[in-house]
Amino acid sequence: MSQNPKTLFQKIWDNHVVAEEPGAPAVLYIDLHLVHEVTSPQAFAVLKERGLKVLRPDRTVATMDHSIPTKGGYEAADEMGRIQLRLLEANALAHGVRIYGLNSVQRGIVHVIGPEQGFTQPGMTIVCGDSHTSTHGAFGSLGFGIGTSEVGHVLATQCLLQRKARTCEVRVDGALRPGVTAKDIILAVLAKIGVGGGTGHVFEYTGSAIRALDMEGRMTVCNMSIEGGARAGMVAPDDKTFNFVAGREFAPKGAAWDQAVARWRQLPTDQGATYDKTVTLDAHSLEPMVTFGTNPGQGVAITQPLPLPSSLADAAERAGLEKSLAYMKFEAGKPILGQPVDVVFLGSCTNSRLVDLRAAAHLLRGRKVASSVKMMVVPGSQSVKQAAEAEGLDRIFKEAGADWREAGCSMCIAMNGDQLSPGQLAVSTSNRNFEGRQGKGGRTVLASPLTAVATAVAGCIADPRVLLNGGQS
Amino acid sequence: MSAPKFTTLTARCVVLSNTDVDTDQIIPARFLKVTDKLGLGEKLFCDWRYLDDGSPNPAFILNQPEAKGTKILVAGNNFGCGSSREHAPWALVGWGFQAVISPMFADIFKGNSLKNGLIPVVIQPAAHAALLAARAKNHDLPVTVDLRASTVAWPGQAPINFPIDPFSRTCLLDGVDELGYLQKFAGQAQAYEARHA
Ligand code: SF4
Repeated sequence: MSQNPKTLFQKIWDNHVVAEEPGAPAVLYIDLHLVHEVTSPQAFAVLKERGLKVLRPDRTVATMDHSIPTKGGYEAADEMGRIQLRLLEANALAHGVRIYGLNSVQRGIVHVIGPEQGFTQPGMTIVCGDSHTSTHGAFGSLGFGIGTSEVGHVLATQCLLQRKARTCEVRVDGALRPGVTAKDIILAVLAKIGVGGGTGHVFEYTGSAIRALDMEGRMTVCNMSIEGGARAGMVAPDDKTFNFVAGREFAPKGAAWDQAVARWRQLPTDQGATYDKTVTLDAHSLEPMVTFGTNPGQGVAITQPLPLPSSLADAAERAGLEKSLAYMKFEAGKPILGQPVDVVFLGSCTNSRLVDLRAAAHLLRGRKVASSVKMMVVPGSQSVKQAAEAEGLDRIFKEAGADWREAGCSMCIAMNGDQLSPGQLAVSTSNRNFEGRQGKGGRTVLASPLTAVATAVAGCIADPRVLLNGGQS
Repeated sequence: MSAPKFTTLTARCVVLSNTDVDTDQIIPARFLKVTDKLGLGEKLFCDWRYLDDGSPNPAFILNQPEAKGTKILVAGNNFGCGSSREHAPWALVGWGFQAVISPMFADIFKGNSLKNGLIPVVIQPAAHAALLAARAKNHDLPVTVDLRASTVAWPGQAPINFPIDPFSRTCLLDGVDELGYLQKFAGQAQAYEARHA
């Protein structure tokens, strides 16, 4: 045991404090700042107003994802969307910031391209004006979302004023059973702790089930940390992490790589270090999870009946559950299996990487999307799209009757024209089922890519294990 | 651009007691295509506030006469969860709110609010319940948020302390500009970069 055992979070924190005045938050150095079109315009405006430049354009990366059409190119965007996209291009150009613009073959969702291009590395502090920056913690980095005022602070100073968060270990042990995925782990964590359970904390995911996940699965888990109220979620880096980063465009090379790996090996939480609290989950007992309500903490195992409001003691919680079920048009106590679905969305920074598309295509191969369902597949980046096409995954989706699109956030946030109509029910692999998130009046059930495919084939919410066992669902 | 300031406020309040109100409800994503901060107040709680034909929903609290001129929102637990959009406090401030009172706020929303002169007042569930009870009896209940003392009070209730980051409080009381404050550390940041190069 080392003298002063520290957690992964504590090590990264200590390593990035530039200054700390009494009574004030720490001045934290930011290694990587990711920028997108929606949360940056007002920040660049502040720089302009004050005659400031981006201090470290080499540590700043811009991409277009939220407002970008996934079909029909730039011209398919509405006027405000076009203005927003053009403005990001102009701001990036004016400040010498690297941008993955509309025609870039590497453009994609900010949390997909960071790891994909090798920008995201262990031990880093990473911020973005986007709450799902927690995704990058899968690499043993400290990644968290910031507001637009703070985007301006980081652009101008490469630093951020931060109070240190508390730590929460989320320990997941045991082997996942077939048909149960990383997405089901995090949905089960959220169902257990609720959407406010992690407030004020940074999660560190530990345990054999987390170690067994590939990097994509770890990203899926860390991605939804914010859905539990935690700003960041982290996984200690290991050989899987290093193998993922190795050779990517912006990863260190040669001797610098060896030095980096030696440093990264020091990052995992020391024996004897303590967390402010711990939550545990048994992976082996998990089933595929779905949400039934209007926040990501309202989830159940797919075979379970929906909860009864009368089972809740707290009046506000009871009212919240009743309101959610009413919005979703679901009946308490009834099964969610078999609910007819209008749309299936496979995409978002939670589940749009090559392995997600592969798993989905594998299950869909030789089957058809039900005629009553519109299925949309949106790769997380143009690189993912190309790789998927090289493997012929696009053909599997298209032959099954799904719509194969260009990369972007798409129906996860419904800013680009891809959206639900009022009343429609969707099963989505994204991360938020808030009222109207996928279009005004739309209803969202969150699930894994496997559950999404099983649902698309059945035309109603379906258990993927039936298809995995060779059944016709 | 001047930094927002706040000292003390006495105002009527309006109650939105739903728990876990996310920033997608405060300001739906389709309004995030703005490249400035203007006009968001009109879209605040848009999908609850307006009917499908665009007319005000008479059942929604902000459309009721009692909401007129209020500056304080009494919200349910875990207000402002979800997306990091600073458009949420911009919309609340645009409507005229200067403080939100809740047993708990989501972290990013809390930080964003403080940067825009919107005070997130955290009170214990029991005090929250007492406020709701007092407000139910008197729709014109004046609530006082005193930032210097970090207290909230209303008639019949002795001032209750609420926790607030002392630095944010100083910034708001004195109109300190956070970006300006950060810029003072430029030399130290350079030294940090040199050490870590
Ligand atoms: S995919 Fe969805 S959650 Fe992810 S960055 Fe885009 S809008 Fe946000």
